[in-house]
Amino acid sequence: MPIEAGIVIQIVYLVAAVLFVLALKWMSSPGTATRGVYAGEIGMLLAIIGTLLHHGIVDYKWVAIGLLLGTLIGVPLGRVQMTAVPQRTALSHAFGALCVTLVGAAEFFLNTPHVAKPLMGILALEVILGSLTFTGSLMAAGKLQEILPQRPISYKGQNLVNLGTLAIAIAIGIYLIYHPGQPVLFLVMIALGLIFGVAMIIPIGGADMPTVISLLNSYAGLSAAAMGFVLDSKLLIIAGALDGSSGFILSVIMSKAMNRSFTNVLFGAFGQVQAAAAGTTEERPVRSATPEEAASILAAANKVVIVPGYGMAVAQAQHKIRELFDTLTKRGVEVSFGIHPVAGRMPGHMNVLLAEADIPYDKLLDMDEVNGEFSQTDVALIIGANDVTNPAARTDAASPIYGMPILDVDKARTVMVIKRGMSPGFAGIDNPLYYLNKTLMLFGDAKAFTGEVVRELTGGGGHGR
Amino acid sequence: MSDLISNLYIFVLAGFLGFEVIRRVSPLLHTPLMSLTNAMAAIAVVGAILLAGERKSDLATVLGTIAVVAATSNIVGGFLITQRMLKMFKTSRGPKR
Repeated sequence: MPIEAGIVIQIVYLVAAVLFVLALKWMSSPGTATRGVYAGEIGMLLAIIGTLLHHGIVDYKWVAIGLLLGTLIGVPLGRVQMTAVPQRTALSHAFGALCVTLVGAAEFFLNTPHVAKPLMGILALEVILGSLTFTGSLMAAGKLQEILPQRPISYKGQNLVNLGTLAIAIAIGIYLIYHPGQPVLFLVMIALGLIFGVAMIIPIGGADMPTVISLLNSYAGLSAAAMGFVLDSKLLIIAGALDGSSGFILSVIMSKAMNRSFTNVLFGAFGQVQAAAAGTTEERPVRSATPEEAASILAAANKVVIVPGYGMAVAQAQHKIRELFDTLTKRGVEVSFGIHPVAGRMPGHMNVLLAEADIPYDKLLDMDEVNGEFSQTDVALIIGANDVTNPAARTDAASPIYGMPILDVDKARTVMVIKRGMSPGFAGIDNPLYYLNKTLMLFGDAKAFTGEVVRELTGGGGHGR
Repeated sequence: MSDLISNLYIFVLAGFLGFEVIRRVSPLLHTPLMSLTNAMAAIAVVGAILLAGERKSDLATVLGTIAVVAATSNIVGGFLITQRMLKMFKTSRGPKR
């Protein structure tokens, strides 16, 4: 009887694994993505039910309490504002890593001092990855929520200190493989992992967040897979490997979009661009325009590409932009959006905000799609984006962002930039785009300025029709 | 030991499978993709449930219960927000089929 139950549970797990793979496959396009989520949910439900059937479970009280409490915490986390999605995602990486670390620690204390060598090696890997992902993700969430300063903090020898911390943790892990009867050392190893997680995120600034979140996503997945090895759970190995490779692919896409090398990503050496900052920028003349002037140029255009960036999210301008989109579309202007892979604070951030504002997703073009279109574009309207539009990345070999793929907005007939002032972007790099003859600077808050342009277009300065 | 090796095979193959499948995901959906994979990786709840319910030691029960809370909040929150995000994606060519 127990053997049969065991086989049933294994088959349930297998079905769950297949559903997870299908869920990811269906995520490939918006048309089938919702089906993908359902597949994932059914797979998860099956796996939990299958686990509850386990004959080893003698006490359901704590399991029930845990499931209930987790649901109570999870529901509000699933209902956060779309603008809070990056920090919510970072927080969920922290929770996932916390779970893995605690389970790993419990397994160690249940088995010490008799832990088989391979098991101990994987356990060490699991808790190091888990603990650094836990604090790293909490730090990232804190920075994104602006509880912690967004500014990167760096000091001399930082990389040495950080890598040293990690190296000692790994050395302890290796020592434990041969001497597993050392609970204190095990705890020291976890503590070092926790410290490394904090230290890893300290030098990272806001613009590097898309890469960092993807990397933490990958670590969370890999630590879950390691836990699968420890528990001999193939389902967990598969789910962890899927999550790990997803985060890995996203990190590679993000690092390519920022022209960072792959080792740069793996070893977390982010946020070092700003070292080469600013220099002496003499006052150069720029052309600025009022909302009326901007509105009349937009109204006369045939084709407009809007380029949003993190500034749009900060100003919460997406709904005003939707009004602008509607007004221009009604006048027969062709409007689309050009979205750089690292615009915003996490992969796909801009797409979600614009979709929330009801902008149809077929108008959201990625970098490769939109770059061919700028030469036929009358107006490129940049809202809250800076470095991803900086032509110095193409032309100036001395620029810190040289080589980074950018949106070729300077090929449009007219460029408009909504910006609070002339301050440089995150990387502290001056943007030559602003001094071009075809560029009009629209100084002001993104939301307020867009609102005024819309008012000009619809009612002629608020007189109504 | 043979378990370890067969598990390693599964890990590597699942990693490749994930790579091929996820490579095809449109950049449009990168945010929901991340919340979905996050919810799925919370399948770690399976191990946490066993720890919380097997009563092997008080420590294991306590750690297991906290782990169940953490993983469950990811499952519930992750699937909820993914579904909410996907509902927002509409085309201009009329309603979704």
